[in-house]
Amino acid sequence: MAILITPDTKIMIQGITGEFGARHTKLSLDYGTKVVAGVTPGKGGQFFEHAGHKVPIFNSVADAAKATGATVSAIFVPPPFAGDAILECVDAGLDLAVAITEGIPVKDMVRVKRAMQGAKTRLVGPNCPGLVTPGTGEGSKGGCRIGIAPGYIHKRGHVGVVSRSGTLTYEAVFQLTSKNIGQTTCVGIGGDPVNGTSHLDVIKMFNADPETHGIIMIGEIGGNAEVEAARWVKAHCTKPVAGFIAGATAPAGRRMGHAGAIVGGAEDTAAAKIAVFKECGIEVAVTPSDMADALLRAAKAKGVTLS
Amino acid sequence: MNIHEYQAKALFEKYGVPVPKGAAATTPEEFTTALSQLPDGPTMVKSQIHAGGRGKGTFTDGFKGGVKFCPTKHDAKEIAGKMLGNTLVTIQTGPAGRKVQTIYFTAASDIKKEYYLAILLDRATSRPVIVASTEGGVEIEKVAHDTPEKIHKVFVDPAYGLADFQVRDLIFKLGFGPAEAKNAGKLIRNLYSMFWDTDAAMVEVNPLITTPTGEVLALDGKVSFDDNALFRHPEITALRDLNEEDPKEIEASKHSLSYIALDGNIACLVNGAGLAMSTMDIIKHFGGSPANFLDVGGGASKEQVVAAFKIILGDANVKGIFVNIFGGIMDCNVIAQGIVEAVKEVGLKLPLVVRLEGNNVAAGKATLNQSGLKLVSGDTMADAAQKIVKLVA
Repeated sequence: MAILITPDTKIMIQGITGEFGARHTKLSLDYGTKVVAGVTPGKGGQFFEHAGHKVPIFNSVADAAKATGATVSAIFVPPPFAGDAILECVDAGLDLAVAITEGIPVKDMVRVKRAMQGAKTRLVGPNCPGLVTPGTGEGSKGGCRIGIAPGYIHKRGHVGVVSRSGTLTYEAVFQLTSKNIGQTTCVGIGGDPVNGTSHLDVIKMFNADPETHGIIMIGEIGGNAEVEAARWVKAHCTKPVAGFIAGATAPAGRRMGHAGAIVGGAEDTAAAKIAVFKECGIEVAVTPSDMADALLRAAKAKGVTLS
Repeated sequence: MNIHEYQAKALFEKYGVPVPKGAAATTPEEFTTALSQLPDGPTMVKSQIHAGGRGKGTFTDGFKGGVKFCPTKHDAKEIAGKMLGNTLVTIQTGPAGRKVQTIYFTAASDIKKEYYLAILLDRATSRPVIVASTEGGVEIEKVAHDTPEKIHKVFVDPAYGLADFQVRDLIFKLGFGPAEAKNAGKLIRNLYSMFWDTDAAMVEVNPLITTPTGEVLALDGKVSFDDNALFRHPEITALRDLNEEDPKEIEASKHSLSYIALDGNIACLVNGAGLAMSTMDIIKHFGGSPANFLDVGGGASKEQVVAAFKIILGDANVKGIFVNIFGGIMDCNVIAQGIVEAVKEVGLKLPLVVRLEGNNVAAGKATLNQSGLKLVSGDTMADAAQKIVKLVA
């Protein structure tokens, strides 16, 4: 079943005519993803054309959803306008908004998150690579690719991946696929301190998804989201889980690229999080090269087959 | 972005947060003018650097204390002369210390009691939180560890803002007397307005003090801002002091590179923040020591790679370079060409290990192999990390 998105999910792109949005819309179309609409205020009525695809552009998310039945939006809108773009998805009653945009002011996200309380729409991101549910074609084509991840490194299968970092997600997926282990869905939740979907939210979904047999959770310094997820894994998760935490060598008080990757106290260091992972029965990858192997070890210990 | 105490105090005053009378000076000639704005009598002399622990710091010439109490303005002028241009080392500056380029004079206050007050983002609730304690003037981490019951937190609903009942409740918990309560309430509300209006990341007042006459004053002020929001605050962006930043980090930001200097000897050049962090970690794991964090971003151009090489080679401690690229969407061959050109342009003599993976990797590796450059290829991150650690050992 995969989680959040399937190859049949219809998506729209907010910011489809911008350089960044256009480039990744083309890659998603090539991947076989059902990109059915674009949104650029003022360009409603025009079309986004690529390799035989003709994607209609609308002035608003509500118009796009109504005309095409799209239930998910990928947001490529520049930071000053991205908070507003997320709220537009909520207002249109979409199932899922995926905010790729990096650099949204924290205050905007604090307000957006408050405004989303109780709303039907789920937010993934911001500052994230998006999601991929691989397809069954060559290079996993025919899947649903929302965002900026490279589609071809994936393979349809039974491992769920959740991560705050883009490139580390690709690293994990690449290791899995190289070992002929496929994925159900790979979810980049983003590197910002205020985000829509947490590690825990995604792990609960993976745990409930019968198609997912094992989980890789990738975290980093800053905040306590990984710790919260690990405690839940210990108490409720029936599936093998491997984990990795980046930033063991990061100096305290410095932001390591991601706005949220900053050590604030003794609790949010890599060492503290790794200790909690171990305590909660999560198999820790000793280096980033060890992520797939760590999951294999965890699966073997539980007698679970991943492929 | 961080600002100096004297800049923070100016913002405090603008928002109606009372501070002791003060004036800043950047040259000895300005000392007299600055001091003339203060009342006669006891004066504080405060070195302005972006680091905590100033009071307990020591200057590189042996002079002790970056914050000093002086009984008279005359003494203050003399002490300021010893601080200005001198390099102050505190627990937060590292051994190199920071050169003091601004002195802030304030009228010394009569302190009845010290408190702690801060406003920041609570990540768990995604809301602003006010943190306050009756234990002011000491390290709040220590208070939180030893006597957590003395830390009070108020979570602010961003939809409504700071509610009056929350302020009243906090004032009761902190035990302000009747004469002080009204002033303290006003100060907390105004400080919150400043935090919210300016897109501050953190506002810390340690200590907040009461005086025998019932005044409530911010005796110190530490403020940082959300970099992502600076675009809508030109007046705050103007407060940036480049003297307080590593020149290599400033140069990196001009090329949209994210660079942080560390104290090791293996330079890293990586795409993506998570991968860049874990590249440092894996170097350490195999017994080496990373010289920097460097994220060239998702779409690194040849120009960026050249700029990145120049920056990491500007660090005299660097004895070897580890390039770790996972080209997801990026064409590995384009990156390889960038590396070859960069290495030729900067005339690299140090050991270089390159780990390239992803899109069009075969062509990328061929470009590296045919370049005639002396570089070592790594198959995986672990393989490459072990190779560079061995090469610089």
